[in-house]
Amino acid sequence: MAEADVALKALDEKEMLRLYHEMVLVRRLEEESARLYQQGKIGGFLHLYIGQEAVASGLLSVRRPEDRVITAYRDHGVAIASGIEAKYVIAEFLGKATGTTKGMGGSMHLADPDRNFWGGHAIVGAHLPLAAGMAMADKYRGESGVTICMFGDGATNIGYFHESLNLSMVWDLPVLWVCENNQYGMGTSVERASAVEEMRQKAEGYKMPNSRVNGMNVLEVRDAAEEALEFVRENSTPYFLEVVTYRYRGHSMGDPERYRESEEVDQWREDDPIGIFRAYLTDTGIFSSDELTKEEELVNQEIEEAVEFAESSPNPPPEALFENIYAEQ
Amino acid sequence: MPEITMREAISQALWEEMERDERVFVMGEEVGLWGGTYAVTRGFYDHFGGERVRDTPIAEGVIVGAANGAAMAGLRPVAELMTINFAFLAMDQIVNGSAKMRAMFGGQFTVPIVIRAVGGGGRQLGATHSQTPDAVFAHFPGLKVVAPATPYDAKGLLKAAIRTEDPVMFIEHATMYQTKGEVPEGDYVEPIGVSKVQREGTDVTIITYSKGLQLSQQAADQLAAEGIEAQIIDLRSLRPLDLGPAIESLKRTNRAVIVEEGWRSFGVGAEVASRLYEEAFDYFDAPAKRVAQVEVPLPYNRELEQMALPQVADIVEAVKEVL
Repeated sequence: MAEADVALKALDEKEMLRLYHEMVLVRRLEEESARLYQQGKIGGFLHLYIGQEAVASGLLSVRRPEDRVITAYRDHGVAIASGIEAKYVIAEFLGKATGTTKGMGGSMHLADPDRNFWGGHAIVGAHLPLAAGMAMADKYRGESGVTICMFGDGATNIGYFHESLNLSMVWDLPVLWVCENNQYGMGTSVERASAVEEMRQKAEGYKMPNSRVNGMNVLEVRDAAEEALEFVRENSTPYFLEVVTYRYRGHSMGDPERYRESEEVDQWREDDPIGIFRAYLTDTGIFSSDELTKEEELVNQEIEEAVEFAESSPNPPPEALFENIYAEQ
Repeated sequence: MPEITMREAISQALWEEMERDERVFVMGEEVGLWGGTYAVTRGFYDHFGGERVRDTPIAEGVIVGAANGAAMAGLRPVAELMTINFAFLAMDQIVNGSAKMRAMFGGQFTVPIVIRAVGGGGRQLGATHSQTPDAVFAHFPGLKVVAPATPYDAKGLLKAAIRTEDPVMFIEHATMYQTKGEVPEGDYVEPIGVSKVQREGTDVTIITYSKGLQLSQQAADQLAAEGIEAQIIDLRSLRPLDLGPAIESLKRTNRAVIVEEGWRSFGVGAEVASRLYEEAFDYFDAPAKRVAQVEVPLPYNRELEQMALPQVADIVEAVKEVL
């Protein structure tokens, strides 16, 4: 084996372990958050990412620092994959001053512009125009970044989606539109809400290059994302990537899930993105099961420390109520 | 000082700001090749080019939304809405986006957007194209709402709106583009959130803004002929709302009339009157009167439309009632 190949393989192994770590971290973070929610420590809504881990992790593993990321309210996994530490995410869930938005935004509005993560947006479809504008701004200034805009299948039925896809073509904007098709817009299945079965068909209407990938395999997502990002970077025009995935939990905590059979959920669980990746890593001999178990223990410890950090963090002071309403009073 | 029209003043402000700051650009329906449906951006496309004078599809949601995104990413968009009535199609971006991004994300994002919107009735455009819903926008914390009444203020306030880090709804009145006034050449900025005495008087305080100033000036001329001197306060911006000069005036006149073109219910006059009562109740010798639009969707027919809109005679009558 040539020396370069050895180096590449070593890097790949390191990256694979990082990916595995990250996906397990998201899973544990969500499980822990569900527990905190049930204890009444987290208020409002909580939209878990369980089942969709491979999407954010695969996609963002190939983004460059200059690439912006923006998503909807199911943003926990995207925040982690953008590089935000779990402790700041959980602190935000608890509404603490140390949270990602100092307790002002809550779980649906995680953000960190220093990591080029532009939120967490809670109105379905409303961040798609923002993505178009951000991409326009980058192009206007001659910067090379791509704006990666993630949204659910539900968002493809709203006007914003169509206005934004159209504008991105008319203005040649460097946006990678990523539809996380998790089969449900709240409790309404894709078949009941969308006139077409594949969301990428809607991109066809705007003559936008597109593809569809299995979102349960992180390496497939990563490959597809790499190709898509390269296309946008090279042409400075949009691309539409549909990632087929599944959310194992309800739309939000408190969802009675009357709209689907538990067999359906079980069926999807056999294709669990973490299970698939773990099997791949052990079957190919890249890592042993023990090595991965050790990694999982590191994650558990990280989550434990994150919860401790969040719980011991202060609440925002009363004067925070009036901060940041305006930049200039 | 040269006398120019409101249209020229707004156009000058935009032009000078675009010359001054590369980050400033305009986008909207027909702002480019057409030159603006109210001709405010005539000549801009040829001078600044299509990158900075961007024609958009007719899609208000993405016009304001993309401008929000560009603003968050560091540019200074001036998004033009052909009429303020179309702002309702972008209402989510304005109230859930522009107004909230900063607070909701703990101060991490700023949205220095200007939304230029043309409002007002009186041009026989029917109910959906003739509204004066300024108060609606003033309801939302996080937004600034500016509505100038003179070419001088239009130029200075638009410059301030473009330069502030905060989102600004800049409301122009469709029937006032030909209004003339003295405007200095070159650069000056008028502060947002500071009202202004537009006419001195000692008998009654008229508080108004935008088109209401024109009507109130005419009413004051008529009243002066009868020996009644009205002091006119021009609010200039609805949020922040500065009632300092109005209260100072009220302390001397002890009488107030509030003039707006929008509907009376939950309107600018309602807000101003309440605040005056809260802060200066003891100075009133008579209850404040409101002059506003009759509470109907504006009809097409010219006479009926004018019946519904506030008139100079209504202001004269209201002043006489409070005296």
